[in-house]
Amino acid sequence: MSFALSEVQLEALAEDAWLLRFADVIEWSVNERVQLAAAALQANLSNVECVPAYASVLLRFEPAQWLGDDGRFSAERLRAAIADACNERAASERAARVVRIPVCYDGIDLPAIAAHTQMSVEQVIARHSNAEYRVAMLGFAPGFPYLLGLDPALATPRLSQPRILVPAGSVAIGGLQTGIYPQDLPGGWQLLGRTPMRLFDVTAPSPSLLQPGDQVRFHAIEPAEFQRLASEADAGR
Amino acid sequence: MSVEVIKPGLLSSLQDAGRRGYAQLGLGRAGAVDEPARRLANALVGNHGDEAALEITLAGPTLRFQHDAVLALTGGLIEARVEGQTLPAWTSCFVPAGSVLRLGGMRHGCRSYLAVRGGFEIVPLLGSRSSDLHAGIGGALRSGDLIGIGEHAAARWFQPGREWQALRWGLDPRPWLDYARAPLGLMRGHHFDALDEASQQALFAQRFMLSKDSNRTGSRLEGTPLRLRQPLELISEATLPGTLQLPPSGQPIALMAEAPVTGGYPRIGQLAAADMPRLAQRRPGDTVSFREISLDEALQRLAERKSSLQRLLQRIEQRLESA
Repeated sequence: MSFALSEVQLEALAEDAWLLRFADVIEWSVNERVQLAAAALQANLSNVECVPAYASVLLRFEPAQWLGDDGRFSAERLRAAIADACNERAASERAARVVRIPVCYDGIDLPAIAAHTQMSVEQVIARHSNAEYRVAMLGFAPGFPYLLGLDPALATPRLSQPRILVPAGSVAIGGLQTGIYPQDLPGGWQLLGRTPMRLFDVTAPSPSLLQPGDQVRFHAIEPAEFQRLASEADAGR
Repeated sequence: MSVEVIKPGLLSSLQDAGRRGYAQLGLGRAGAVDEPARRLANALVGNHGDEAALEITLAGPTLRFQHDAVLALTGGLIEARVEGQTLPAWTSCFVPAGSVLRLGGMRHGCRSYLAVRGGFEIVPLLGSRSSDLHAGIGGALRSGDLIGIGEHAAARWFQPGREWQALRWGLDPRPWLDYARAPLGLMRGHHFDALDEASQQALFAQRFMLSKDSNRTGSRLEGTPLRLRQPLELISEATLPGTLQLPPSGQPIALMAEAPVTGGYPRIGQLAAADMPRLAQRRPGDTVSFREISLDEALQRLAERKSSLQRLLQRIEQRLESA
């Protein structure tokens, strides 16, 4: 599968960065094209950095690598290279990875989420852990996944007053989005529970548990299992 | 060989050219906010590669050198004393083993760079020695820290002795330090047109003040609030150092080296890359103003700065080798 440059709005963000914008919406189908484009550009252009977001891809490049005959940066040359890269088959037509993430659903905001969504706590847990998610992008902090696929019935607004500290591993809902805090961070999303898995390890060659485009499935675990897995993860550090 | 931190100063961290290739995992580049100053400091001690230098903010640390060392200070003009005497900046200096370097306040600028011959030796993480305080990588200097210095050949331009020494020549900081605090080049951002008319004019006409809440994540500007014609509901997109964001307060934030890699605030401008070091050298309370610049002009200025830096780096190398 490839994509055509004509369906993309190109915006020069900076001397060394362009944004390829596919749409202005958070939709599964749009993000799927974003992921393909990011993979195709990363695979077929040398010395670039691609950052997929919900509906756009950032391309960072070295302007001195794209000079025209006059010795100046040539937007035409870069544009042509992007067009060629789009026509190449994306390297990542590999099936998306599926990452299973255990969650102990005992979050401090679980009762509030249940009240807001007019469900029982058990229904909230069942709906959250039965859905299939995809990592639309990572941002906010290293390894923080913005996941697509939250059941709209679970949408719960952010806290009006963000917390100063949300513990690492917290699985949370913010509006129509769900995500996982990779480290202790300030944050305003409502906390469903926590995972013992380590999302970002700067000492590992592949530092992030999740990559853009990955599929994610949550499954519920008991507090005792959480403790066991958490101490295993600590021992592995 | 190492350096002992006796007093940490306000905020000092090791920085190299930054960490590339992890933005899609949510990790930005970090790196020196005044990159030409970092490179020149390294060149003045005869380092060739991408050695980390110490980036010092506003008030410097006190350091004890356990062995003879060759060092250079560039960037903001910082008070530097060894054995009660002033050590010159923007040149190459020798200090004998046991020397205590006391770095004080800055006469001009906000960030100084201290390079040592051999480079500061710490284990690189994901290909870089840069601290990223926002991401929890590395950290600011603390009292008692011991920082290693890499293996290196003796500097031919000094005869080691018991007294500190400095070269008879140094660099002119004027092309690299912005004494006049002239307006910074700013390109219109994607959401510039969403500003109301008065705010579009105010962005390029008013003088902002750099807030004391500024840091390596963002330079926060204070002024008459800028307003959008109507609120925008935006979805998060990638952001960059130099992006001028407008949060609901109407006080713009220029993203710096440790900014998050995605964000959802309107992007009203993009600072010319050649002017990033000039913004990094403004200190809280300084004024900041902008002049509109085209992408072509920004590219041209960046290419010019790159070649003048390259020429200077070569001249420093030749001059040190011919010593």
